[in-house]
Amino acid sequence: MESLILRTATRLLVSLILVFSVYLLFRGHNAPGGGFAGALVAATGFALYIMAEGAGSVRKAIRIDPRRLIIFGMGLTLITGLIAGFSGMPFLTGLWWPISDHTNTPSVMLGTPLIFDIGVYAIVFGTILTLILTLEEN
Amino acid sequence: MTNLAKQNSSVILARATSAIPLFLFFAAVSMLPKTMAGGFYRFEFPWIPSLGVQMSFMLDGLSVLFALIISGIGFFVTLYSADYFHGHHHTGRFFVFLHAFMLSMLGLVATDNALALFVFWELTTIFSYLLIGFEHEKESSRSSARQALLVTGAGGLALLIGILLLEIISGTYEISQMEAITLQLKSHPLYGIILITIFIGAFTKSAQFPFHFWLPNAMAAPTPISAFLHSATMVKGGIYLLARFHPILGGTDAWTMTLVFIGAITAVTGAFMSLGQSDLKKILAYTTVTALGIMTLFLGGKTTYSLTAAITFLLVHSLYKSALFLIAGIIDHQTGTRRIDQLGGLWDSMPFTAFAAVTACFSMAGFPLFFGFIGKEIMYKGALAESMFPFLATTTVVLSNALMVAVAGILVIRPFLGQAGDYYATVREASPYMWSGPVILGGLDILFGIMPDWVGRWLVEPAVRAVHYTAEDIELSFFHGINEPLLLSIITLVMGIRFYLKQQFLYKWVNITFDKFPLTASQAYDRIIESIAGLGKFQTRLIQNGSLHRYFFVVAAFFVISAGYGYISRVESFPSIIFPLLSWREFFLTTVIWAAVVTVVITRSRLLAVCGLGIIGAGIAMIFLSFGAPDVALTQLLVETLTVIIVSSILLRLPRLSLKPIKHRPQRIFDAILSLGAGILITTLLLAVLSNDLDRSITTFFEQNSYLAAHGRNIVNVILVDFRSMDTLGEIIVVATAGLAGYALILKRREK
Repeated sequence: MESLILRTATRLLVSLILVFSVYLLFRGHNAPGGGFAGALVAATGFALYIMAEGAGSVRKAIRIDPRRLIIFGMGLTLITGLIAGFSGMPFLTGLWWPISDHTNTPSVMLGTPLIFDIGVYAIVFGTILTLILTLEEN
Repeated sequence: MTNLAKQNSSVILARATSAIPLFLFFAAVSMLPKTMAGGFYRFEFPWIPSLGVQMSFMLDGLSVLFALIISGIGFFVTLYSADYFHGHHHTGRFFVFLHAFMLSMLGLVATDNALALFVFWELTTIFSYLLIGFEHEKESSRSSARQALLVTGAGGLALLIGILLLEIISGTYEISQMEAITLQLKSHPLYGIILITIFIGAFTKSAQFPFHFWLPNAMAAPTPISAFLHSATMVKGGIYLLARFHPILGGTDAWTMTLVFIGAITAVTGAFMSLGQSDLKKILAYTTVTALGIMTLFLGGKTTYSLTAAITFLLVHSLYKSALFLIAGIIDHQTGTRRIDQLGGLWDSMPFTAFAAVTACFSMAGFPLFFGFIGKEIMYKGALAESMFPFLATTTVVLSNALMVAVAGILVIRPFLGQAGDYYATVREASPYMWSGPVILGGLDILFGIMPDWVGRWLVEPAVRAVHYTAEDIELSFFHGINEPLLLSIITLVMGIRFYLKQQFLYKWVNITFDKFPLTASQAYDRIIESIAGLGKFQTRLIQNGSLHRYFFVVAAFFVISAGYGYISRVESFPSIIFPLLSWREFFLTTVIWAAVVTVVITRSRLLAVCGLGIIGAGIAMIFLSFGAPDVALTQLLVETLTVIIVSSILLRLPRLSLKPIKHRPQRIFDAILSLGAGILITTLLLAVLSNDLDRSITTFFEQNSYLAAHGRNIVNVILVDFRSMDTLGEIIVVATAGLAGYALILKRREK
């Protein structure tokens, strides 16, 4: 679809959509969002990009093959589970490390569930993008 | 690095991995003094504590004997394979499979826990599958691998049933503890079923009739694998199982009768079939079937002699058969053929291999001074002392041994001593890494043959005592005096030589007879596989004929009928419908959804229909939002958006819907009824759910623990990534699989 308006708008929108997607991913633990929703938003952004610029330029822009993202996500979630295993706890137990700001009250907690969520993000995003790109190129 | 240097370094690396079996071999050797004294090693650690299952290992005489065979032959096979696969593009993969198999096999013979035994059992099946199919570019390799997997895998499942039944009766998975209630087990009504399931497991693994056919087909594997898995170790797994369960389930009439008859049939079938082959490996495969049959036959007995015969022959066979397979591999590697009628005069060009072949074959034929002779003498003693069918056992063993004498002659005389063809003028001896294994194994045949007493005390007796506590003293000796076994040995040799002289006739006779059989076991297997595939095709044509409309219709109809029947047959009163007063917002949303539904149903434009569906989805998301479920609403909205994008990008490529009136009016009416039925059913079910008070205990738990235990305020997300992350893991695996499957489907269309 050749449309200057669409292409220009897309340039602006896609970057916003992607930022929003990462924002959803990180806020997920305390507010609506999370890896799955974030990945859907990102995929929507790229779907828009494909409509405006075509599948080829999207492949160029993302550099990595989305199929690899699926594998990466799968590996990440499994490793997250194994971290707990190596600490002597059941597979996939959430582990947390407080990040102290020197006032002895931990302000931010960093945990394996976030890494797990990033894995979910990668799998869902990779899957949808793989499908859309292959469909478009067909 | 140049390609050559790369290959050389991979050979050195492959050879280095032989340190693993070597270490394990010496570890097993170090256990010998204790097992010789009748002791055992036992250690355990928790495995699935919540189910009371522990990973326990117990090494007694039997386990150590098996461990020595597995690790010892494993060592030679590793060294051999490094040169055999020189330059092969999958060398690394091969050695990973090889050592993984070896460790699984060691686990199988070392564990005391029946469930662990099952797991190791299946692991050996899987690695055998991967190794048979190692040359996976060939169709024959793939189908042989699949056949071995299906046959032995099905047997493994039967074994699992037996193990579970044993646990139900005895209350333990520890094999060593089951022996305490052996009398109770044998009189239990489930004894027969346990026996059948354990036998199916053992017979499939050890290629007993009627499951013997997979073993000759497994010769599609690379030769070192045939030497290791399909002669010395994996196929002995069934023998190990029978020996291990002998003190628990053995000794009854049912046990003896089944094993003696099946063993006898297997032994004779294998022996005759081996004479009808011209491929070296097939000949060896069928004689392996024979040997396994003889071991099964002797495990049916309950006398000391009978069990000693089984164990001794196990060791004899492992030594000579693995050597012979490795030799067959060397011949194939150096000359490029394994056909017995094309080989000749290899003695001059391959002296070391020839020496190994002669010793192994002499042991197989049971000539005096070779270990095979000791084995044969004890076999005759055992057969004569059988409690139930001494005549059948003796006849079978004499006949099989005579045929093995003939096979030994076929293997040695023509290929090594016969007329050398011009074709083989350039044949050279293989590298020392390849011939050292067979030579040392052949040397052991002589060494053990000269010092049978020593072998008996260190290796055979501890193993026999592990399965037969009241064993009398066992003596393996070189000369027992002039008695019945010696007489039978002489008869065997004479018959064997006659068979050898008649080999041309027997070759034809076996092949003609085999062709005349109305249904061989192998054909029966093919028929079963074909009919399963046929059933699959039939039901696919019926309910998955490629029309999306049919798919939806079948799924929805199945749901409406099954769920509707389930609900109506149990429900006492139907929920009453109360129309609540809608707020203006709800009224607006409902109207929009209704309008969209009507549009979807009546429109002739695909794009409009997809957009209509999107509006319905978005409307539902808004309803979620208005009831305070922002997370669900967000996800629903995003999924709807993507669905519209993906589906419309597909639909835009399809031809336009025709504007003519649709002809299949009855179909349309059916569809309408089904849709209405599904809608009414779901509405009723939802109302029924709502008419009861909701159990809020789970919600309360999550509300209370979400922040305290999982540091998150968004309950939905905390459930997804923490409380129930295992479910999420399963779901994302489904997502990834579905995605890749869709990807493959799209690519397949493109190819067309």
